[in-house]
Amino acid sequence: MIENNPIAESYSDMFKRVKEKGEGVFIPFIVAGDPDFETSLRMVRMMVDGGADALEIGFPFSDPLADGPTVQSADIRALNSGMNTDKGFEFVRRIREFTDIPIGLLVYYNLIYKMGVDKFYRKAHISGVNGVLAADLPPEEASIAIEAARNNGVNQIFLAAQSTSNERLKKIVELCSGFLYVVSVMGVTGARSQLKVSTVELVERMRIHTQLPICVGFGISKPEHVREVIAAGADGAIVGSALIDVMVNNVENSEFRVRECCQIMKNATKVR
Amino acid sequence: MISDGKFGKYGGIFVPELLIPALEELEAAFIKYKDDKNFNVELDYYLREFAGRPTSLYYARNLSEKLGCKIYLKREDMLHTGAHKINNTLGQGLLAQHMGKKRLIAETGAGQHGIATAVVGALLKMPTEVYMGSEDVIRQKLNVFRMELSNAKVLPVDNGSRTLKDAINEALRNWISNVEDTHYLIGSTMGPHPYPTMVKHFQSIIGRETRKQIMEKEGVNPDVIIACVGGGSNAIGIFSEFIEHDEVELIGVEGGGNGVNSGKTGATLSVGSEGVLHGSLSFVLQDDYGQISEAHCVSAGLDYPGVGPEHAYLKVTGRAKYVAITDKEALHGFKLLSQYEGIIPALESAHAIAYLEKYAEMRENKGKTIIVNLSGRGDKDMFLVAEKMGDEL
Repeated sequence: MIENNPIAESYSDMFKRVKEKGEGVFIPFIVAGDPDFETSLRMVRMMVDGGADALEIGFPFSDPLADGPTVQSADIRALNSGMNTDKGFEFVRRIREFTDIPIGLLVYYNLIYKMGVDKFYRKAHISGVNGVLAADLPPEEASIAIEAARNNGVNQIFLAAQSTSNERLKKIVELCSGFLYVVSVMGVTGARSQLKVSTVELVERMRIHTQLPICVGFGISKPEHVREVIAAGADGAIVGSALIDVMVNNVENSEFRVRECCQIMKNATKVR
Repeated sequence: MISDGKFGKYGGIFVPELLIPALEELEAAFIKYKDDKNFNVELDYYLREFAGRPTSLYYARNLSEKLGCKIYLKREDMLHTGAHKINNTLGQGLLAQHMGKKRLIAETGAGQHGIATAVVGALLKMPTEVYMGSEDVIRQKLNVFRMELSNAKVLPVDNGSRTLKDAINEALRNWISNVEDTHYLIGSTMGPHPYPTMVKHFQSIIGRETRKQIMEKEGVNPDVIIACVGGGSNAIGIFSEFIEHDEVELIGVEGGGNGVNSGKTGATLSVGSEGVLHGSLSFVLQDDYGQISEAHCVSAGLDYPGVGPEHAYLKVTGRAKYVAITDKEALHGFKLLSQYEGIIPALESAHAIAYLEKYAEMRENKGKTIIVNLSGRGDKDMFLVAEKMGDEL
């Protein structure tokens, strides 16, 4: 049944490979179709050139309640350019033409539900997706998605935060695969000048409960932040809004700037 | 969470992980206080002395004569701030105070829930911030002023369609960043668990009073109850006491806008499909890929592309019926009640009145006892209605 299954590196192989080099994993985020299909595809290429170890691809949603103004605006630009779930999978397929690094999707659950949960994961797998994170899907509501993910060979990735109790954390890591997405701030996505929570404490607490690789995201906008989370023992850092800001603020040479920003962020993972 | 917050398959807690602890805390507090004697003594005191409960179940004689039915109006329009919203804001406000929260945030469309939250914030001395779509801020200037007079800060939301749904997104985002000291006071029977259950609990006073009053006046249950449905809080409030009485027909009236098939409508249950919005699975207005559509309705309170999950459940189980009334029909209902009874309804409630007339004109419904939940009064709609009627105020 599953045809055209592109060869992608698995999350576990990637984390192992990067760790052996003594580095942390750098994962840039981009909204598919922001500001249009081809431009965002070129940006992904720059990200890969700039040293991305894996990719987080956001499918735009009309009501992204976990996202701050930067991603909201990106979503609106992408939707206005005609992006939708099917084109999103086509976007991933096109990325697979030039890289085999792991690709995770960041979506809101209504996009999955509307397409039909199993169909969504089947299409995700066929297009070359490694993992799916639905920002508004806590473990309580995830049983159908997890089953579909397993049946289609896709990792279901979950969020954990400072406010997540140890009891919940146990439940989350039991269901989570690929990596654990740890939210470093109490808030929505978006660039911040300073990371508030003690990242060391947070990562250490997560470590006690899981063998899964731990990646920290939300608010990681500077190389110092990347160094901080890797030094704190995280396996990877996810950078989203800051890269979108780079794109928006450098219309003339955005490709160059995005690649440069990724190089800087990637270099910041080489702290060990 | 102690409960999964489901009505059949609808409802649930579709929110980012960061909000789960706040919802757990809220659920625990709600369970602890909802049957707590001291809490309820205090709530009853404010409902009576501050809000003006009980509201009457008024026999609308002129309209009854005209339509050939026995028509009663549950007069929630008589409450302080002009609508049923105060039942819920007092309940949640007190709950927030008992939980030790220091600050209230709320969303508002037309401004009715914003005002009901603002006055409770003033009453309980809790700083209050109200998120309101920037479109609505312009459309409802008067209500913005009323909120600000009660010390609330109105925060215009410039995202998306700049209306109610975007105000809810922004309030949820703010809550994610401030869960420790802030209570998000949701105004309708929507959102993640425990909100649909909790808002129903605080609005069920409408149904309890109504049942007692109709028993005193008629000695039997009414044949039918009609209420307008945006998110659905006034409807679930009055339905609640009658859901188990199968002989009572329950009818929810949605905002049809230009017509349910016009693409410009708020009739979520009539033409929407299943989807997840603002924390729960219910019916939503959406495109083929699940992007939420903008709703359209002359009354801002019904101008919402989602609906409370229990209404979805009542619809699919057939226990309640949902119909739609167009903007034009609602304006007719607005005038009808004003002219026949000297009661100016809110445009939201005018949808229920408009359907009442349609219902009563059906031959098989002649002579029936009908209760309409008159959820609010029309003062707030004067400028809009005058404009639609071609007058200038």
